[in-house]
Amino acid sequence: MKPTALIAEDEPLLAQALRAELAAAWPELEVAAIVGDGAAAVRGALAHRPDVLFFDIRMPGLGGLEAAAELADAWPQETAFPALVFVTAYDQYALQAFEAQAVDYVLKPVQPARLRKTVDKLRAALAARQPQGGAALEATLGQLRHLLQAGGPAAAPQPLLKVIQAGVGTTIRMVPIEDVVYFEAADKYVRVVTDDGEVLVRTPLKELLPQLDAQLFWQVHRGTVVRSTAIESVQRDEAGKLHLVLRARRERIAVSRLYAHLFRAM
Amino acid sequence: MTVDWVAKLRNLLQTLAFCLAVATLQYGFVPERPYAPPVVYSILIGTITWAVIDIGRVFLRSARETGWPAGWRGIALVATGIATGWLVGTTTADLVCRTFQLYGPWGRMHSGADLRADILITLIAGSIGSYWFYARNKSEYLARRMREAEGHANDARLKLLETQLEPHMMFNTLANLRALIGVDPVRAQQMLDHMIAYLRATLDASRAASHPLRVEFERLHDYLELMAIRMGPRLAYTLELPDDLAELPVPALLLQPLVENSIKHGLEPKVEGGRIEVRARREAGSVVIEVRDSGVGANGQGSGGQGFGLVQIRERLAALHGARASLDFSADTGGAQARIALPLAA
Repeated sequence: MKPTALIAEDEPLLAQALRAELAAAWPELEVAAIVGDGAAAVRGALAHRPDVLFFDIRMPGLGGLEAAAELADAWPQETAFPALVFVTAYDQYALQAFEAQAVDYVLKPVQPARLRKTVDKLRAALAARQPQGGAALEATLGQLRHLLQAGGPAAAPQPLLKVIQAGVGTTIRMVPIEDVVYFEAADKYVRVVTDDGEVLVRTPLKELLPQLDAQLFWQVHRGTVVRSTAIESVQRDEAGKLHLVLRARRERIAVSRLYAHLFRAM
Repeated sequence: MTVDWVAKLRNLLQTLAFCLAVATLQYGFVPERPYAPPVVYSILIGTITWAVIDIGRVFLRSARETGWPAGWRGIALVATGIATGWLVGTTTADLVCRTFQLYGPWGRMHSGADLRADILITLIAGSIGSYWFYARNKSEYLARRMREAEGHANDARLKLLETQLEPHMMFNTLANLRALIGVDPVRAQQMLDHMIAYLRATLDASRAASHPLRVEFERLHDYLELMAIRMGPRLAYTLELPDDLAELPVPALLLQPLVENSIKHGLEPKVEGGRIEVRARREAGSVVIEVRDSGVGANGQGSGGQGFGLVQIRERLAALHGARASLDFSADTGGAQARIALPLAA
């Protein structure tokens, strides 16, 4: 069977150029789809289940790394996870992290010689691939976890938040940080959920995270951070996905595969 | 409060050298008397005066410009220093000279005229010394300020260049150019022309203080055309410049950061892309230039009009027109709007 690929690149000319370069370097490769943003990349990859993914790092909405993590989370277990190649024009920090994690990348403008090397590696990887991709998926998840953490220059350590200040109408509600059960990113706000209610704050989750005690507050999904002491139990469903059962609230919280390693019996 | 003890020691040594010079001068006028007493007197008076003033100003709030207490406090400190130096210095020196018999075989010879001369010398030497230290502090401060100002200007210029020649933008543009050369050489050439004009304008911007609004719009056109090739159907733009405003002089690349912000923070993060509109018009004695985009708005960026580009524009406008020019910026979920108003008669 011919190998297939998906290209995620927001600049149309560059997507076409990559397709053309790939046609020269890897004639039997079939490009199943070209998409222009991260969310479409996740949908497209799930629909086509290609063997290789070329993800641009900077895309509108979900970036390439976030899209890869999202995809790994939603990927069906019976299929091997695709080989990932990131494409970027210039991202110093990301490139260092890629080198460290042995994740393949190509630089824009794509140089034919460099692309051929990548193609050789991909061919070898596809030939050696197991049909059941459990171990490969785990390895990819580990790499993505490191890459997402190394997504920028090391931020200066920030003082920990003691209280969440949320505007509600004309008043400001003060929620002690130890009362927070979980934070959930919702469109343009972050929901701050407590035992018996919730407030909204405008500070993005990304900015809140460094101000939270990492021992106490665990990120379990791209958009969810849970207070570990509020979790009663962790359950695994038939599809192998983890869900958190909370002490004081009835809803269950889905754990992304990216963060499943946090929950292991001692 | 941190005290620079090395500087204090340096001041003390300079004071001692000055005292020695004064004593030697004094000796030179009456060489028949022994040399030791004026040296002892001068050094003791000088050291005590120095101690009161130089150590004393550590405990008083000092003006940033000079490191000296401002106004009457400074004068009072110097007067106190000199008076204390004189009283304590002469008493101690007299004691020292008697103990070590430095006055010579005839003992202390001190007439009323000598006393007046001593007081005068102390006053003059104390004032000169204090003024010298004061002036030196002030000139050091000015030199430091000048170095700082130069540093700021260099930083700003470098930062401007960095934002405009951002490597991500450069390499993506080059990648597009490389792709176009293969499929559409004519468009590739046009793109290259826009890029050359953009680069030239960016690199020349620090030299050209102002240019006609028409030229400013041409540069925006270069930049937007480059971005339109890159973003494809995700970017649409309109540039509107009435003919009667075409020759109005404006600071070079004044609008560039606004349009770049609209692309970078407004449209690039938006999946479906959007529009940018740049319009200039007359409005009651002033020119209003608006940059609007239909991007994601300030959300997520949270710069709220405090970004480097906006601050820089405000500074340039204030330097040229004072309060008569303004920049207003607002953003909501429908996009961002920036509005510059310039006085028509510059």
